[in-house]
Amino acid sequence: MQAKKRYVLLFISCAFLLYFYYGSHHLKADIIQKDGHDLPSFATLDELTELPSKLKRQPTIKTIPCRMETCFDFSKCGNEPKIYVYPSDGPVSASYRKLLSVVRESRFVTRDPNEACLFIPAIDTLDADPLSPEHVSDVATRLSRLPYWKNGRNHLIFNLYAGTWPDYAEGALGFDPGEAILARASASETIFRDGFDISLPLFHKEHPERGGLPPAATGNPFPAPRRHLLAFKGKRYVHGIGSETRNSLWHLHDGNNLILVTTCRHGKSWKDLRDERCDEDNREYDKFDYEQLLANSTFCLVARGRRLGSYRFLEALAAGCIPVLLSNSWRLPFDERIDWKRAVIWADERLLLQVPELVRSVPPERILALRQQTQFLWEQYFSSIEKIVFTTIEILAERILFHKSSTRREALIWNASPGALGTLAAYGDSRSHYPIASPILPAPPAPSTPLAPLPAPSVPLAAPPPTPGNSFTALLYAQATSPALHKLLANIASSEFCEKVVVVWDSERAAPSLKSLSRLAGDLREPLPVLVIDATTHYPGEGVSARWQPLWAVPTAAVFSLDGDAPLLAEELDFAFLVWRHFPERIVGYPARTHFWDEAKTAWGYSSKWGAAYSLVLPGAALVHRAWLALYAAGAPALRRAVRRAANCEDILLNCVVAHAARRPPLKLAQRRRYKPAHSRYRSSWSDPEHFVQRQSCLNTFATAWGYMPLMRSVLRLDPILFKDPVSTLRKKYRKMELVTL
Amino acid sequence: MAAESLLKTARHSKYTSYRKILYHRFFVGLLLFIVVSLVFTVVFNALSGSAPRTNVFLPVNLESRSEVQRLEDDAPYTQPRLGNCTYWECFDVYKCGRGGHDKITIYIYPLKNYQTAKGNSVSHFSREFYMILDTIKHSKYYTPNPEEACLLVPSIDLLNQASFSSKHVSQALQSLEYWNNGENHLIFNMVPGTAPNYNTVIDLNTSKAIIAGAGFNTWTFRYGFDVSIPVYSRVAENIDSTQPKQKNYLIISAQLNIPTNYLEDLQSIASSSNDLLLLDKCKDDVRTDYSKRCEYTTGREFKYPDVLKEGLFCLMVRSARLTQAILMDIIASQCIPIVISDSVVMPFNSHVDWHRIAMVIPEDNIRNLLKIVHSVSKERRGELYWQLRWVYEKYFASIEKITLTTLEIINEKVFPLVARMYEDWNMPEHLYGPVNPLFLPVTASKSPGFTAVILTYDRVESLFTLIRKLVRTPSLAKILVVWNNQRKAPPPSSEWPVINKPLKVIRTSENKLSNRFYPYDDIETECQLTIDDDIVMLTPDELEFGFDVWREFPDRIVGFPSRLHVWDNVTNSWRYHSEWTNQISMVLTGAAFHHKIWSWYYTHRMPAAVRQWVDDAFNCEDIAMNFLVANVTRKPPIKVTPRKKFKCPECTNTEMLSADARHMSQRSACIDRFTTIFGHMALQAVEFRADPLQYRETGSGVPHAYPDIGAL
Repeated sequence: MQAKKRYVLLFISCAFLLYFYYGSHHLKADIIQKDGHDLPSFATLDELTELPSKLKRQPTIKTIPCRMETCFDFSKCGNEPKIYVYPSDGPVSASYRKLLSVVRESRFVTRDPNEACLFIPAIDTLDADPLSPEHVSDVATRLSRLPYWKNGRNHLIFNLYAGTWPDYAEGALGFDPGEAILARASASETIFRDGFDISLPLFHKEHPERGGLPPAATGNPFPAPRRHLLAFKGKRYVHGIGSETRNSLWHLHDGNNLILVTTCRHGKSWKDLRDERCDEDNREYDKFDYEQLLANSTFCLVARGRRLGSYRFLEALAAGCIPVLLSNSWRLPFDERIDWKRAVIWADERLLLQVPELVRSVPPERILALRQQTQFLWEQYFSSIEKIVFTTIEILAERILFHKSSTRREALIWNASPGALGTLAAYGDSRSHYPIASPILPAPPAPSTPLAPLPAPSVPLAAPPPTPGNSFTALLYAQATSPALHKLLANIASSEFCEKVVVVWDSERAAPSLKSLSRLAGDLREPLPVLVIDATTHYPGEGVSARWQPLWAVPTAAVFSLDGDAPLLAEELDFAFLVWRHFPERIVGYPARTHFWDEAKTAWGYSSKWGAAYSLVLPGAALVHRAWLALYAAGAPALRRAVRRAANCEDILLNCVVAHAARRPPLKLAQRRRYKPAHSRYRSSWSDPEHFVQRQSCLNTFATAWGYMPLMRSVLRLDPILFKDPVSTLRKKYRKMELVTL
Repeated sequence: MAAESLLKTARHSKYTSYRKILYHRFFVGLLLFIVVSLVFTVVFNALSGSAPRTNVFLPVNLESRSEVQRLEDDAPYTQPRLGNCTYWECFDVYKCGRGGHDKITIYIYPLKNYQTAKGNSVSHFSREFYMILDTIKHSKYYTPNPEEACLLVPSIDLLNQASFSSKHVSQALQSLEYWNNGENHLIFNMVPGTAPNYNTVIDLNTSKAIIAGAGFNTWTFRYGFDVSIPVYSRVAENIDSTQPKQKNYLIISAQLNIPTNYLEDLQSIASSSNDLLLLDKCKDDVRTDYSKRCEYTTGREFKYPDVLKEGLFCLMVRSARLTQAILMDIIASQCIPIVISDSVVMPFNSHVDWHRIAMVIPEDNIRNLLKIVHSVSKERRGELYWQLRWVYEKYFASIEKITLTTLEIINEKVFPLVARMYEDWNMPEHLYGPVNPLFLPVTASKSPGFTAVILTYDRVESLFTLIRKLVRTPSLAKILVVWNNQRKAPPPSSEWPVINKPLKVIRTSENKLSNRFYPYDDIETECQLTIDDDIVMLTPDELEFGFDVWREFPDRIVGFPSRLHVWDNVTNSWRYHSEWTNQISMVLTGAAFHHKIWSWYYTHRMPAAVRQWVDDAFNCEDIAMNFLVANVTRKPPIKVTPRKKFKCPECTNTEMLSADARHMSQRSACIDRFTTIFGHMALQAVEFRADPLQYRETGSGVPHAYPDIGAL
């Protein structure tokens, strides 16, 4: 027994020994438990509040890459930058010609170089590859000879292709951009001057100047069933750079889920240089059609080619095929403002073989979101040269605005409908100022500060009103006093939600002196304030567009645009407003019209006939968001000229502007009686065929200017819930709307 | 006693001695085995040295910093920092994801006291650095195994440029076992540069290492590679989240180290306006008392940091370095920062949208400070203000948060698929609500049509009538019958009506109402029509029109029978209302179109408590659906066409009345319950419905597109 005890003791001590040997660290840690609180702080408060020393700074690097604050002269730029395009000289490619024409017809352009903030040379810098047929030589000297060049300061230069065979060096532009802002495709993170240069998408020669293809995959089936998971069809290069990734793609090809086919056929000498895989690759390659793959695949591989960017990026985007990027260090187009995380998947060229695993693990709800975003971005920023150029200008304009007034549009305005091209940067500084379809929960107000005496500002610093707001402003356009006008004013006065009346008086006769509208008997509210603005003195030459000019007088987001003789009841005004609050991005109103394609004339037709659908709601009696009216005022010069010339069609143009920006049809409300816009300003009656011809030609002018027909159709009408239902009228809230019928 | 035991031993001597031998042998053997293996391990360890060790890795010990390593004077230095590093060139991605990790793994070098040949420490070890390492060690990213590490963190404190010697630290880094030109190394720094140049990045040869640093400018910051972090402020950590009811000052400047030229500008603004409260050191102090600030002319004393809470906007101006510790005090005090520091890279700017929490004013524009601040709209002020504290608490509130945010940003770079969206990073759900999954503004196309999903139990006759009626709707693509009766099989196929559209019967395993909202694979269209088996009164025109309305509002529920919720002041609760009213807030899914995604949401995303309630009560699945969609989209449903009688004509007996009352009170209870679960009343009441353009219009001469609508 003694021995037994002894052995047990020995065993235990051995165990202890072992425990100590292996577990000593744990044990030690247990004993000296500390948490660092007795350690000194990383820096004393004195160190943290260090002032710059009086010693002179020694310049460390002599040339640093440009930034807006070092290479751009803001002093010449107003809130809306003016662009001067040099007069054409020398040959330009088709793409550059389209690009210049878009700028020349935009609202930014100026003919006076002295008031210009940005300069665009008419020298074609798109293609810097001397081997290319589009290449323009001698760019460097011609640029330096430009009268306002000054080492490129405030110049904007476009470039799509840099470098040439065999190494396609990114820096090889054939000229020194100096301090000019480069809008360039295929830029890498290394060469890109962050916050200064702008990254462009690579687009085809055939890319349309305006309009452009609508997005191809606007359906949102869930989960999205497409035949293939991942697709790629493209060249691989048997000589020169840019093919490392593409050469290995055949490893992933399985002929069904993953279609990754390449061909060696390109250039002249591929047959001499071909490798052992070429024949087999070519065979597989010919089995698949490129367009079909784009349409039937969930993901599309966008692999680098000779340069970082490729045409297929835009092609995939248009087709709603989610791009999977295999192009390390590429700065994506407009990534300064576009959040690409919402639309693409980043893969890593170094981890090529993990790509199938990567795309398989994207959950279906993410795919749905990615797909929608590709469609949104394509339509908003890429589908035409006009959009690409405007986006470039818009980014620059916003940088300038930000420098001046520290405001810019939120990331969410850029990356969600209506997008940056459908909103004006200088209009507001919060998302709630813009007509956004998805309701935004307004943040609670910040605590107030005491009002301090201000140094009186020269212009009232009026911020735009929030959407949707609790009231509307009636914006009347009147050319004469009439019983109808008096009746309308009386009805407006008894409306529950009207906050203010603005009358735009467009007549030779003296404007009525009206300060306020008294309410009906029994209505305890204050009289309704009225502002009468004489259009002939305030907005001479504006013509019919003057009716929406005095936005400074409009304190609400909801603007009820009314003809002076619109036969609307107070009930109808209020019902329209209650509906509009749910659709602030649309025109909501009473008189509807439609457009149609006239096969016989091969032109657009305009009709007031009652069909099953409508596409315009005339702002003779409709609610419109204030921001849309501001956008109308900032419209392209050519369109506004057309309206001025015709002294007509301003209502059609407004419908086109809104439909183009929001991509939604207008909303028509319950029919009380057939509303006839008594266009008293045209001596002809509204049924006059002349009138229709004119409006028809307007419609066609607008469609040409946009490059497509922006109007959209709708088949529904919104009525009050119990409208014309067989129940007692006493139950109904909007009874008068039913009583009067024609 | 002794004799007795002896006796015993003797009695059993033979037996005992045998056992004794057995024991003896066994224990000697065991002892030998232990000793031998012990010796073997020790010898093996000693011999193998740095050769691959066993799989046991010990986590780094942050407490023992006593191990001294001397750096010889001629020890090699690291390479200078590569200014054009990108993630693609300077980061070895193959080191990540090893061992099946789906996130980055981080190794911390063992703590050592590096000393120069003279015996001075090359760096001080600070509390903040300790906390950084401690956070990493306890994070999900930590690995004690350097071989499988994706990121390596040297355990030399480099937070403050003034507290280490660049030259010697460079040698120390070079001596690290896995340094390899700094590849995949992460270095934390908060106070970079020294007088007079004040470099905006740590003055140290860091080669390819990633710098998580404060005060970068756009030239030193390597886009997509470095991480910009804030300068930690210990003061901020003690600022609580309470706020005064009213802010007494529009703008406060409480920074002590504003460069003189800018200070002069601010002084001239402050002298002409009450909107700017300009604070400075108190003059009578011998040593600076950092808990006090004095108004620069009157000398009125304020307590710091409490004073920051009294301002709506607070200034942070570039000084010796581009970002200041005061920024954290300002954000924590929920004062909107005004950043005046050209070309600064704001902390976490790649993910945190500074536009949502701060105003940025160019240094040139400092004189226009008041004009710019006055022009900020009420709405934007509110948005900025309410964002501040949330952002602070989420990303900046402690060293731990700062460290974890840094690691998360790197993790998202390496594993882009786990990347969270802009909304997740920047939009607090309590302010902005959930994200609508259908955000593309489109009118859905007509050609795919819709799938009718009929929930049925045993009313076969009514079901067949419904099917025969349904197939007359042109856009109907398919009928799906969800057979919810487990005891009875559906009728054989021969008995079903002969129709020209595909029909499929799905048998469920449990009689649950939620089965109607299961996102069956057989629903191949975007749009599904959920319909009860007794809703036989809808005409094909009405259904077709309903589908056309849905196409224009594809993210809403579009349907026929509608209901309203009203607040009952007497019982202080919500009441369910089915009378003929002027408002609606729900569309019953007894006959309603909606996108299939909502079925998926109903099944996978809705709070489980709601689904449980529905299945327990065997009621209210339609109310739940209305809550769900309204909560996500913040949009009301759309009612189509006039009121109809939706009750079955044959059930008009007196029993129904009491059943009705019970039914109504149960549904009122549902509304109350769902309001609690969703946290707010998601439903909205509207006063409009959708009718065909020509509804009740006569005499236009154009034939109606949907003639058969609205008959009772």
